[in-house]
Amino acid sequence: MHDNEHSSHHEESFISKYIFSLDHKMIGKQFLIYGLIMLFVGGGLALLFRWQLAYPERPLPIIGASPQYLEEGEVVTGADRMWERIYESEQEEWLEVNMPNGVVEPAFYNMLFTMHATIMVFFVVVPILVGAFGNFLIPLMIGTRDMAFPILNMLSFWLAVLAAIVMTIGFFVPGGHAAAGWTGYAPLSSDPQWTGVDWGQNLWAISLLIQGFSSLVGSINYITTIINMRAPGMTFFRLPLVIWSLFIVAILLLLAFPVLSSALALLIFDRLAGTTFFTATAEGGGDPLLWQHLFWFFGHPEVYILILPGMGIASELVAVFSRKPIFGYRSMVYAMIAIAFLGWIVWGHHMFQSGMRPGLGSVFMTTTMLIAVPSAIKTFNWLGTMFRGSIRFTAPMLHAIAFVSMFVIGGLSGIYMANTPVDIFIHDTYYIVAHIHYVVFGGSLFAMFGGIIFWFPKMYGRHMNDVLSKIHFWLTFIAFNCTFFPMHILGVGGHMRRISNPMQYEFLQQFEGMNIFITMSAFTLGFAQLILVFNFFWSMYRGKVAEKNPWHVNTLEWEAPTPVPHGNFGQIPTVYRGPYEYSVPGEESDWIPQADPEHAPATSGD
Amino acid sequence: MLQWLPENVSTFGQGVDNLFHAIYWLTLIVFVLVMGTLIVFLIKYRHQEGKKADYIEGSTTLEIIWTAATTVIVFVLAMFSYPQWNNIKSPTQFPENPDVVVQVNGKQFNWDMTYPGPDNEFGTDDDLELENELHVPVNAVVHIRLTAEDVIHSFFVPQLRLKQDALPNRFIDVWFEATKAGRYEIPCAELCGFGHSGMLGYLNVHTQNDYDAWVQERWPQ
Repeated sequence: MHDNEHSSHHEESFISKYIFSLDHKMIGKQFLIYGLIMLFVGGGLALLFRWQLAYPERPLPIIGASPQYLEEGEVVTGADRMWERIYESEQEEWLEVNMPNGVVEPAFYNMLFTMHATIMVFFVVVPILVGAFGNFLIPLMIGTRDMAFPILNMLSFWLAVLAAIVMTIGFFVPGGHAAAGWTGYAPLSSDPQWTGVDWGQNLWAISLLIQGFSSLVGSINYITTIINMRAPGMTFFRLPLVIWSLFIVAILLLLAFPVLSSALALLIFDRLAGTTFFTATAEGGGDPLLWQHLFWFFGHPEVYILILPGMGIASELVAVFSRKPIFGYRSMVYAMIAIAFLGWIVWGHHMFQSGMRPGLGSVFMTTTMLIAVPSAIKTFNWLGTMFRGSIRFTAPMLHAIAFVSMFVIGGLSGIYMANTPVDIFIHDTYYIVAHIHYVVFGGSLFAMFGGIIFWFPKMYGRHMNDVLSKIHFWLTFIAFNCTFFPMHILGVGGHMRRISNPMQYEFLQQFEGMNIFITMSAFTLGFAQLILVFNFFWSMYRGKVAEKNPWHVNTLEWEAPTPVPHGNFGQIPTVYRGPYEYSVPGEESDWIPQADPEHAPATSGD
Repeated sequence: MLQWLPENVSTFGQGVDNLFHAIYWLTLIVFVLVMGTLIVFLIKYRHQEGKKADYIEGSTTLEIIWTAATTVIVFVLAMFSYPQWNNIKSPTQFPENPDVVVQVNGKQFNWDMTYPGPDNEFGTDDDLELENELHVPVNAVVHIRLTAEDVIHSFFVPQLRLKQDALPNRFIDVWFEATKAGRYEIPCAELCGFGHSGMLGYLNVHTQNDYDAWVQERWPQ
């Protein structure tokens, strides 16, 4: 294996190289493409329901029927012809059931936001942040040739594909897809008579069960690999923070997902076998609150599963582009561990108004507000890392700065909801919608974009186009804030979430203009992502060819040749120091790679 | 931003609003300080030719300061919140001897209000059932026995700063005292099916005289 240039060229068929690949890098890229495709599905669903919120009961643009057609039956546009054909056909067409004339039906609206959230959480953010970055980065950054269990790794990806296929089929079954919210509160979700949704909800549960297996397999692999396969000298406190975050996330996934799987299994029994785990019947039986406890016992760690890798990626980017060591490396690690631990004892804050004993609300408020402590530590440490640095405003760094700022807003808005009396008012309003999007879009997605641009040269051997990346960044950043910041105001005004027509309420009339503004911003935000996708695929073939370590980074993935061959390293590197030895005094260059044997005793670095 | 809050018309609402304002100012100050610092750093420490970053690994003193400061703020805030929360939600702390008791039953997609009538007992002949219309006197303690028939609903009156989920086969006690006569909307705040949007009742807060007249009309003696 010494001569890596040649070992990479052993013949592989197309199928074993690109489809059923065992190589962690290919699996990482597969997860990335998978997540990007699902990002457009999930985003598209959001645009459909945003239209309804801005212009309730009005036909959608392009595919909606024209006013002439609606009023007089006169066929004017191509869309009118399509609707004419649909109404004339014998069988019930999908479009006819869900959005006659291009108007979103209330039941279809419920399905749209349910599937938007389900897809974004389970099929975009986790597959990209954990699946793509985890797979690609872990072996490279800890200095090993592949994952501990390559076949399990492949299985993890293909189970995720199976889950996505099952989830997609749900859109087309009679009765429509799941429409009980991504949180699937029982008894709405557990008894078909309350929604009219039949197999859609079953497939939703089955798909998430499969996705659970995928995550389980993946997380076992990550944990084993990180514990056992670190390069010589790579102690735990020399691990890059992104690896720490993925390690902690893998533990959370391993412990949290089985709880959801159990709940889903009980839900399927309730729906198909006539059990009543989540229904309070006169004869006794179960309790709707049981579902909420199980769901959120998984759901809150899940929220940290979504944000921790973002924190890890942002930490890498901030250190590299400030050319400085991470401020308080160890406290960053301990803060992540604290967040992961606290994540297990805060689930009740989703249930303050649920009928849970009020005394418990006070307990959960206290634990929840304590999360402000590690979050503050992390934020101040990111600022400390930039302090007296030499900041390069590259596209990845812009995303990292956006991550930090949006995380500050998302973190601070969390305090309102953690506070039980204030939560009475803003619970189930747009305030929570704003909060979750500041954390998961403003946080996780900005980190994800930054990470993609940053590691793209190592993944594909080429740079993404810098101008396009920056245009994409600014459009996304502005449109994101225009979309989600006003939702705080809607929440303060008492605007409930999950209602399809705010104009039905007198006290919400005043928000019509704001809802239109939000929808316009959301469309801009959605279309801005086309720039990213174009840039991504165009750069894969036409981008500027990247050198081995274009950003001058210390960590081990940049020691591997570009493009990274099978087996990653010619010789497994030895690690001599921590990952963030930037601008060490007395050194000529402002970076010292972890694997550089020179200057070995100069710094502690851990 | 807080001018968007609907007018408060309940006795305990002011306490909620005070906390809302306190957190608003607290988070606004933190936000301005953090963002201000970030922007200053971004300008001041931008890359300049020939200038190298300083090698700083961290500061234990600073870590201790911001850990301790955040912890203290969190606990102070929690201390002020416990009594408000218990006052609104703990049945043991509700004002006793309510002036009016009503049972509210959420069902797809209406609120059913049941009055016990002059005998003050539910399930008797003089019970009165109203769909989506709740009538109470101003400045009077109202107790609501909240329940649901099918799925979970949530009883929300924005102007009262009151929200409570209603669960099938369970009765949850809620109380309020309205301070201003008027007609207020009671939306359902928990997704309850395709008719969730538009599930809407009304709270009619009457002056004592009007309320007495309403009672007289309903239960003529």
